[in-house]
Amino acid sequence: MQAPRSEEELSDIVRSARGPLAIRGGGTRGLAVAGEVLETGGLSGISLYEPGALTLVARAGTPLAEIEAALAAEGQRLAFEVPDLRALLGTSGESTIGGVVATNASGPRRVSFFGACRDSLLGVRLVDGAGNIVKNGGRVMKNVTGYDLVKLMAGSHGTLGVLTEVSLKVLPRPEVAGVLSIEGLGVAEAVAAMSAALGTPWEVTAACHTDLGANDRPSTQLRIEGMEDSVTYRLGKLKAHLARFGEVETATSDRVDWPWFRDVARFAGGEEDVWRIHVKPSDAPGLVDRLPQGARVMLDWGGGLIWTAVAPGTDLRAELGAFVGHATRVRGTGGGIARFHPEPAPLAALAKGLRARFDPKGILNSGLMDTATWT
Amino acid sequence: MDMPAPNPAILAKKARLVERLKQVLPDDAVISDEAETRAYECDALTAYRCPPLLAVLPSSTQEVSDILRICHEMGVPVVPRGSGTSLAGGALPTADSVILGVARMNAVIETDYDNRFIRVQTGRTNLSVTGAVEEEDFFYAPDPSSQLACAIAGNVAMNSGGAHCLKYGVTTNNLMGVTMVLMDGTVVEIGGGHLDAPGLDLLGVICGSEGQLGVVTEATLRILKKPEGARPVLIGYDSNEVAGACVSDIIKAGVLPVAIEFMDRPCIEACEAFAHAGYPMCEALLIVEVEGSPAEIDAQLGLIKQIARTHNPVELREARDADEAGRIWLGRKSAFGAMGQINDYMCLDGTIPVSSLPFVLRRIGEMSKEFGLGVANVFHAGDGNMHPLILFDANKPGDLELCEAFGAEILKLCVEAGGCLTGEHGVGIEKRDLMTHQYAPADLEAQMAVKDVFDPAWLLNPAKVFPLAASETRRAVRLAAE
Ligand SMILES: Cc1cc2nc3c(=O)[nH]c(=O)nc-3n(C[C@H](O)[C@H](O)[C@H](O)COP(=O)(O)OP(=O)(O)OC[C@H]3O[C@@H](n4cnc5c(N)ncnc54)[C@H](O)[C@@H]3O)c2cc1C
Repeated sequence: MQAPRSEEELSDIVRSARGPLAIRGGGTRGLAVAGEVLETGGLSGISLYEPGALTLVARAGTPLAEIEAALAAEGQRLAFEVPDLRALLGTSGESTIGGVVATNASGPRRVSFFGACRDSLLGVRLVDGAGNIVKNGGRVMKNVTGYDLVKLMAGSHGTLGVLTEVSLKVLPRPEVAGVLSIEGLGVAEAVAAMSAALGTPWEVTAACHTDLGANDRPSTQLRIEGMEDSVTYRLGKLKAHLARFGEVETATSDRVDWPWFRDVARFAGGEEDVWRIHVKPSDAPGLVDRLPQGARVMLDWGGGLIWTAVAPGTDLRAELGAFVGHATRVRGTGGGIARFHPEPAPLAALAKGLRARFDPKGILNSGLMDTATWT
Repeated sequence: MDMPAPNPAILAKKARLVERLKQVLPDDAVISDEAETRAYECDALTAYRCPPLLAVLPSSTQEVSDILRICHEMGVPVVPRGSGTSLAGGALPTADSVILGVARMNAVIETDYDNRFIRVQTGRTNLSVTGAVEEEDFFYAPDPSSQLACAIAGNVAMNSGGAHCLKYGVTTNNLMGVTMVLMDGTVVEIGGGHLDAPGLDLLGVICGSEGQLGVVTEATLRILKKPEGARPVLIGYDSNEVAGACVSDIIKAGVLPVAIEFMDRPCIEACEAFAHAGYPMCEALLIVEVEGSPAEIDAQLGLIKQIARTHNPVELREARDADEAGRIWLGRKSAFGAMGQINDYMCLDGTIPVSSLPFVLRRIGEMSKEFGLGVANVFHAGDGNMHPLILFDANKPGDLELCEAFGAEILKLCVEAGGCLTGEHGVGIEKRDLMTHQYAPADLEAQMAVKDVFDPAWLLNPAKVFPLAASETRRAVRLAAE
């Protein structure tokens, strides 16, 4: 195992590596890849935090918990609501900020204009597969100086470089969250209700649905956040707006995050394979109909993200047939089919070309994002 | 700013190129007459001009693909163009290049209110995207001041921002998908009505790539429901530094305005004369806008005014009605035009951490005296994106060069303060040679490697973004292949 304590040391290790390296932050994603383990934990610590500029810079191995604590002390937060998938995946360990960025991990708030992890990411430093130290972006909110490799790194799962430092836009934590819930809706009605809510000016920051909620009935839930008076006002407006979908319950709470949906808690602990499917929200009901018998379903992002738990070994893509969007296996083996969704040939060629340039020896989390190609 | 000398071998192919292009395009879409190609000799960085070899105006993705395939086969560089409002020389041609203008491709392909997106051809102007969804009270958030003229094509290529990006993000945060044609004519579809990429985030690197990776012909854009209302407040101070400190305090306080704009005295005077917005005459003026219902607006503005008062403002005034609010914004959005009527100017676009605003503004004031050139400041203060306008006299020999030297010093100052060379206008030719102040050779190499993958022959907008010396061997490969 390698555990570099500086960027230079990391650069030497990668430069002289002869075989594959398995990059590990906290190991919470349980992504098994072949090769010598390369731990990022030695590259840790918040290097700069300016609450007045809404920016935070941290080395990649910094525990997420440390960052969240520093932000909380100033009444701020990461806007993209990082999921904690340890219970779902049966893993342990501490999430690192580098791992969060490398997987573009984004929770329910992604549906709103706050966006995904990649939208909060302002800059990166990394060591590419040849050992070069590269920086891109910076620590300011607006930056179009040269190409945006920052976005390219978000979600690249370590296959283009080992992140050593990230800078993030942070935001004030709101006073309260308001919750609206409607029970008993089918998937099609739920998506319609969520679309109706998201298409209002009242700034819905989460729109989720589960086919089996607390009262053993389907439950559709919406969140708004902000100053207390404003939340109360918008709850009232939204409630009236959604009356046609059924009885709407409302509540206000100072717990603004939604761990149950965010962490896909409902599927924690089971044996089934778990998949996430990204689609246009209005396509979600049709796709849910095509899921295999017995599949359990949760919707996030107003229907734009379908979480499903299916029998182990199911080739879900074969079950779904062709659709616009993509399906990624998050837990289980899927009977050996690729974890990531196959891409059309020209895009696969571009991705392959980028990997060949950033990781010429093919040693960084080698094969992790490999997919069969559509022809 | 130098541009590479035109390649005589390409100039010699003009007739054959015209002939081949006319086989795939209607006659009126191929502009080869020298008098007419002049219309494409520059963008909004008008100090640099050069008519292209020809200009082509395709009407479909298929035509774009045919054009690129032909130019690729013949080794002819292509410069994509939207509306030509780039302030960085992004759309500046060379004499041996073809301008590919997408202005004729301006259709709305799909509006989907349930899924909250619109799909348009990229020649459509920014403002008319909002225009297309206004009947349902939706809008497209990024709002560059040039929004009446600039096209989505240029917005995507430059990752353009605007006053309201403090809350809603810039183009890349509102772009869900594109259809793009690679230099060899291959058409690729990336993203669409769903969120986030299945594999690598190619969309993320395409946005802001300044027309160097492919020609974007269609874009899927996120639309949002309009807020119930919005109201700006004017806050005037008798010094730039104090205004800068007030901005920092507002941000720290946890209110999130949609916009915080800044103007100094020279700008206030020019904009007031132009728009009669009722701006107070003071050293520094902030326009802070919040959104929501009337009660929500009152609550947020209450907090903001409370913060503003702790810095002893010389003026603190809310817009009384929509008409006054409209004039306040008209004044701000016409700032460049209004200054342009008074003086020649060069517009800079560096970004700095908000906390450095007072320091950087003071240094710019000092440098203005050292260089003997005036500066007017107007910018997006909430996110630290500065637009110092350096005033010069284009008819006075040496003044442009002096102005460029001053501009370079300001941008270096932005980088030293922890910021960057350009926040929203792009590098183009204007900041190309300053890139080495922000990026080490390995950083530039990594960016150029991306272009190698998308455009191995370096034919798309080749002499931009990277210092000519840095991209020379790559561009030379293409010349050698001639
Ligand atoms: C008065 C004024 C105010 C401005 N205010 C702002 C502002 O507030 N915020 C801001 O961000 N910018 C602003 N700008 C700058 C400019 O308007 C933006 O950069 C705009 O996005 C350019 O759009 P365009 O269609 O005019 O692009 P062009 O100038 O035609 O081209 C810009 C770049 O895009 C590339 N390109 C064009 N079409 C395509 C395509 N189809 N595919 C790939 N690449 C392409 C070109 O090669 C070039 O590199 C302002 C400019 C002016 C003149």
